[in-house]
Amino acid sequence: MGKFIVEMKGITKRFPGVLALNDVKFNLRAGTVHSLMGENGAGKSTLMKILAGVYTLDEGQILIDGKQVSITDPRSGLDHGIAMIHQELSFIPELSAAENIYLGRELRNRAGLVSKHIMAEAAQKVFDRWGIKILASSLMRDLSVAQAQMVEIAKAIAFDARIIIMDEPTSAITDREVAALHKIIGQLREAGTAIIYITHKMDEVFAISDEITIFRDGAWVATELSKEMTRDSLISLMVGRELTTLFPKSEAKIGEVILEVKNLNRGRQVRDVSFNVKRGEILGFAGLMGSGRTEVLETLFGIYGAESGSIKINGKEIKIREPHQAIAAGIGLLTEDRKKTGIMGVLSVRDNMSVASLSKFTIGGILRKPLIEKQCEEQRQALSLKTPSLNQQIQNLSGGNQQKVLLSRWLLTDPDILIIDEPTRGIDVGAKSEIHRLMSELAKQGKAIIMVSSEMPEILGMSDRVVVMCEGRLVGEVSRKEATQEKIMELATQFSDEAVA
Amino acid sequence: MAKKVITEPPTTTTLMTLSQKFNWREFLQKYMIVGVLILFVTILAIMTDGNSIEPVNLVNVIRQVSAIGIIAVGMTFVIITLGIDLSVGSILGLAAVVAASLAQVPTGSLVKFEGIDLPVIVGVLAGLAVGALAGFTNGVLIAKFRLAPFIATLGMMSIARGLAYIYTGDGRPFSDLKPEYNFIGQGYLFADPNQPLSGIPVPVVLFLVVAGVASFVLNYTKFGRYNFAIGGNETAARVSGIRIPRVTIVIYTISGLLAGLAGVLLSARIGSGNSTLGTGIELDAITAVIIGGTSFKGGIGTIWGTIVGAILIGVINNGLDLLNVSPFMQIVVKGLIIIIAIIIDERKNSKKI
Repeated sequence: MGKFIVEMKGITKRFPGVLALNDVKFNLRAGTVHSLMGENGAGKSTLMKILAGVYTLDEGQILIDGKQVSITDPRSGLDHGIAMIHQELSFIPELSAAENIYLGRELRNRAGLVSKHIMAEAAQKVFDRWGIKILASSLMRDLSVAQAQMVEIAKAIAFDARIIIMDEPTSAITDREVAALHKIIGQLREAGTAIIYITHKMDEVFAISDEITIFRDGAWVATELSKEMTRDSLISLMVGRELTTLFPKSEAKIGEVILEVKNLNRGRQVRDVSFNVKRGEILGFAGLMGSGRTEVLETLFGIYGAESGSIKINGKEIKIREPHQAIAAGIGLLTEDRKKTGIMGVLSVRDNMSVASLSKFTIGGILRKPLIEKQCEEQRQALSLKTPSLNQQIQNLSGGNQQKVLLSRWLLTDPDILIIDEPTRGIDVGAKSEIHRLMSELAKQGKAIIMVSSEMPEILGMSDRVVVMCEGRLVGEVSRKEATQEKIMELATQFSDEAVA
Repeated sequence: MAKKVITEPPTTTTLMTLSQKFNWREFLQKYMIVGVLILFVTILAIMTDGNSIEPVNLVNVIRQVSAIGIIAVGMTFVIITLGIDLSVGSILGLAAVVAASLAQVPTGSLVKFEGIDLPVIVGVLAGLAVGALAGFTNGVLIAKFRLAPFIATLGMMSIARGLAYIYTGDGRPFSDLKPEYNFIGQGYLFADPNQPLSGIPVPVVLFLVVAGVASFVLNYTKFGRYNFAIGGNETAARVSGIRIPRVTIVIYTISGLLAGLAGVLLSARIGSGNSTLGTGIELDAITAVIIGGTSFKGGIGTIWGTIVGAILIGVINNGLDLLNVSPFMQIVVKGLIIIIAIIIDERKNSKKI
């Protein structure tokens, strides 16, 4: 194994009311892939943002090649050869891939003018050298998430980065794209680049890493060689306890059909979709990204207007054109994108929790504040929500805790049908199994649950029945007994070859 | 340079100011405005040998800002939801001329409706109705026709002022208003008849009542909380079942209504309905809201902050007057205050983590 290229010692970082990192160490060797694991809020991303210069440290020191350095902003991080590829990619959609790569240090021609042509050529060289199949002159807005990610990686390479940090790069891309990403990571490693990889996906960690460092509650827990670890030992280090079962799905009594959707249509994403869900049932929606899973449910919920189709609840036909109508009909929707359509960042945990159910808490338009307080407090305890107080701005909470608040938001409306889109995306193992346990419990209470998930184990582990979507159509249905990964993937990809071509 | 900024995550600069152990800084930031107010009052008191803190002067200061304050209360709702209302000054002018025209002494000079003698309340209600209607129109344009608030209210700003000019015909103000009407702007409540200049001016009472009701609405009603939700994340608010168009229309109607009330108040204060009344007052109101701690990024704001903000503007104007600073310089000072307030807002309310 190579020598340390990065050494971080005694790193401490405080945010208002939170000790985000407490005396943390981290060592990285050249030419290795080093994964960081830990529950949400464990401090992985914070530590990496300190290394990349996004945050500044409160205490501690960073050594690069044995020499102490001070990294004060992303630019000085780059100067030390450190590039970070953020979970949410930042680029300018109206510029080409090449222009984005050379943003801020544009290549010029002899006359000293910025030259698109020279940049495109240089960028194309990088792409070709690393087997990235993108045209450097294409506009960023025309690229997929995975392609945009590749551009970011190419940018890091073009900056001569020796240390590339990837923060959950695979949370929004397909399996095929993941394979391409892993391939390029392998090439970079062979070229001597050190890769720091943050992920929640177990399979990935073991597939690509040389070393794994585990964090818990802002503290360093362990650094181990990947080959010396097992899935179970890793999980127990992360959560600090043995998880008995990852998917605590308990049997619930399945009752009569509560929701029946027939021939729902909206554009290319929702084509003639029909399905039903019963009381006490968890219905899984599987399919690739972009197969229309989310769109079907968002159309059902009134976020987009349906072009045609009928919706029956308890046998009675209802019209839903706006979300408030869906809520009145007893439906709740926990959306896929927490930040964009879920949380109200600057508002308190209490406000975020109660916003969808305020009608329940009013007499003559006036709020019954003590009642709100009581019910929010109950939710906080029932979901073991980690927050200093209900007054805390929700944006200060970790992703897992934000998700719990949003779940509480819907539980307070007491829906008969709860739609949960990617219930555990970007959430740590501990919070994940808690959310799964809650879903089971809700089903037991006789609620119907519709779950969209890109994670196959989640679909297989939680669903009583799985429907599979492909290119806007509902292409198949499998029962819990029949459901296997192969069967679902076969259904989900049946048109995709022609689609790619 | 601008391009480079975008490549870096937006959280970078702000986090450093937020990394502290205790909340004392947060506390200070939250109540800094009160401290600033006390500081200004103290400085002025020293510089004017205590003249500025004579009760008569203090009451006078609050009376002077009561119209700005009333409008700023409505503006607080608007800005919390990430909107803006540029039309309030013009709506004020239009409401003022309509209300005044219906409250003239029938025997006076230049009477709009000759020979018609209506109770004063009719004029007042007409002024309020005109304001509410203009505000309602703003709301419909924004909620139903999806215009940006800036654009919709910019249009209304021009339309309402134009209508005010048209309504006055030759542009001459409606004067000779009934004393009961003028009482709204000039009278005192709870006055001791044996002592001149005692009691509380009616405009101050109106301002405080409006602020009190608004504060209650904002904090203790569903509608109030919806304002914050919409400003915090409009999409999430819609998904949570909030009917955004409905709430938006109500918000702008309130803003218009309060501008109408300010129009009645100001015309009663000067004893005539003038079509140019309220020109530029929207900027004072926005200033009051922002220095009162309401975030220009939405989702955060308080009525008490706005009240303090409005009074602070009054104190500064009054102080500069007492110190014989030129009125032109006062305008410059106001501009500086807006900029400083926004910088503070930027630093304390930027998205964290």
